[in-house]
Amino acid sequence: MKQTISVLVENQAGILNRITGLFSRRAFNIDSLAVGVTDDPAVSRITIIVDSGNSEMEQVEKQLNKLIEVIKVRTLEEDKLIGRELVLVKVNANAKTRSDIMTICELTGAKVADISPTSLTLELSDTPDRISTFEAMLRPYSIQELARTGMIALQKGSGKI
Amino acid sequence: MTGAQALVESLKLANVEHMFGYAGATICPAVDALANAPEIGYTLVRTEQNAGHMASGYYRVTGKVGVCMVTSGPGATNLITGIATAYMDSIPMVAITGQVPSHLLGRDIFQEVDITGAVAPFSKHSYLVKDANDIPRVVAEAFHIASTGRPGPVLIDLPIDIQEQELKEFHYPEQVNLRSYKPSVRGNDLQIKRVVAAIEAAQRPVICAGGGVFLSHAEQELLELAERTHIPVVTTMMGLSLLPTEHPLNMGMLGAHGNVYANKAVAKSDLLIMIGCRVADRAILSPAELAKRTAIVHIDVDPAEIGKNMKAAIPVVGEVKAVISQLLKRLEKRSGGEWLEKLQHFRRQELTRPLPSREGYIFPGTLLRALGDKLRYNAAVCVDVGQNQIWACKHLKLGGGRFLTSGGLGTMGYSLPAAVGVKVAQPERQTVVICGDGSFQMSMNELAAVSAAGMDIKIVLFQNNILGLVHQIQSTPAYPAGPFGVSLDGSPDFSVIADAYGIQNRTLSDEAELDEALDEMLSSEGSYLLICRVHPDATTND
Ligand SMILES: Cc1ncc(C[n+]2csc(CCOP(=O)(O)OP(=O)(O)O)c2C)c(N)n1
Repeated sequence: MKQTISVLVENQAGILNRITGLFSRRAFNIDSLAVGVTDDPAVSRITIIVDSGNSEMEQVEKQLNKLIEVIKVRTLEEDKLIGRELVLVKVNANAKTRSDIMTICELTGAKVADISPTSLTLELSDTPDRISTFEAMLRPYSIQELARTGMIALQKGSGKI
Repeated sequence: MTGAQALVESLKLANVEHMFGYAGATICPAVDALANAPEIGYTLVRTEQNAGHMASGYYRVTGKVGVCMVTSGPGATNLITGIATAYMDSIPMVAITGQVPSHLLGRDIFQEVDITGAVAPFSKHSYLVKDANDIPRVVAEAFHIASTGRPGPVLIDLPIDIQEQELKEFHYPEQVNLRSYKPSVRGNDLQIKRVVAAIEAAQRPVICAGGGVFLSHAEQELLELAERTHIPVVTTMMGLSLLPTEHPLNMGMLGAHGNVYANKAVAKSDLLIMIGCRVADRAILSPAELAKRTAIVHIDVDPAEIGKNMKAAIPVVGEVKAVISQLLKRLEKRSGGEWLEKLQHFRRQELTRPLPSREGYIFPGTLLRALGDKLRYNAAVCVDVGQNQIWACKHLKLGGGRFLTSGGLGTMGYSLPAAVGVKVAQPERQTVVICGDGSFQMSMNELAAVSAAGMDIKIVLFQNNILGLVHQIQSTPAYPAGPFGVSLDGSPDFSVIADAYGIQNRTLSDEAELDEALDEMLSSEGSYLLICRVHPDATTND
């Protein structure tokens, strides 16, 4: 089962190493990991998506909490989170295919980030599922390069971790 | 003031009285500052791993965080086993490593290794200091983190230029306040009430006590809990010597290598109260099975231990000492009844059961029983790894003394350096080492540290000329090829080794001489090596 863990940490060198080490030691595969500072520059938020069972998650949460720089850990419930991911995708485009690709952009809400005679670079921020759909729609036009950020997430409503 | 001087000044403020180390180029500024601090004693080890073990032995008898200091590169990597050994047994330790100049970090220059990265999986925390002004704070935090909550080793990596850097101002924080690190102390009151009710309802309760009781300095509280409720106590290997061997409530050590009736007691119990232990694989083989039959209370300071190896019906997170005190406020006297009497009967049988003997050899169990009777009440016994360890767990009788061994990592070579650490702290305390001929050869170079300090350590060496425990495992049907690569042929004549270090010694192969030989060893002045010939086929099941 895919799980989303949100971790607040002291923004210090080496912490990412410690966190990923913790996952790899238990042979948990990290699907995605996104790091960035929060409104407090001394604090970073790390959003980790992993595939694992509940009892394993409890142990991971506890182990994360043991790291000295970790301030808070919370596994976010699937239906109570807002999750977004950003994708940049460079796709082949010529005079013939460009308008078809633009239609896909309109339907998905993607924007054109860069244009060249033979390509279009598109950007889309959305849920990981919809990003995957977007990617599938573009594949017939031949994708040259693609980068996804991994999901970042917050809880819905006014609550915070 | 330089970074090196700030380090030494901070160590003094952290009440450090002794350090174990090995110098090298990148730690020279710190060593130089230490030379000007006669308040702090210093032991030169013969290989860095043993600095960790000495710091461990030092802590385990004093309760004071052990400190070691080594150079970068090979010094730091040699120390790794010492750090991992301490981590697995939750021993608080501050390890200081020299490092190459900070502006050259990452260039793989001479004697650079990423030691903070290397020890990340088995240290509680680590620092790579990049500004000398941080040194006082880092030292204060390191001691705080190492010694509170679930204790463990903390490493401080100090580049040489940072040791030489001038500080703007020296300020050692009186209090450490880390927003992300606040270990629980008291147990939740509701959980405490549930534990009390469970104890009152239980017919066949058993306490399983581990090393966490020592770490929390709760030996007295444990004794009071057991004596007031008459609940029999089994211990893990790390909990050995919490109760005197012959205490009527002590049922011995549980686990694959433990006492038969300790395991029976746990298996037949209807309430298992685990205190400061983590029941690793060696202690309880199939935790899930046991949890089906027995209600389990688990008291530990580390929430991650609860539910990790064993599901607990009633988890209590808190300092063991605080939690037992909370329980004692609510628990009434109760009697042990038939359950206790039965266990005591079997325990007595086990402690006095006849042991095998072979002519021309010493059976270690026989020697350990006799040794136990002769030890001073508060003796410290440092035990190595292998058959010697298991024999000592089963047969060594202890009064109020301490049993020190590497339980979690099972690091061969632990016993002698640990004993040096004990002796540094408590020169008057009777200190005995028990080891095999394989483990002795892993750290016998520390006899130099013993001799240099004129220490009085009694070493019992069980010489079977094999790596006994591995030999024993290889002799089972699981390994049809039989024993291989475990002969210790080529070992030196240990009496000549002892002579070379100026240490008295005697070789023993006749059990009839055992009493007299032990008396001679224990009454001798200075260190002593008692070499006991042990038959290679003697096993821990005998
Ligand atoms: C550093 C290290 N290497 C290897 C082992 C694996 N090992 C466990 S017991 C043992 C044999 C110990 O031999 P010895 O010290 O002679 O003691 P005995 O078992 O004969 O009492 C070995 C090799 C270990 N525990 N530690």
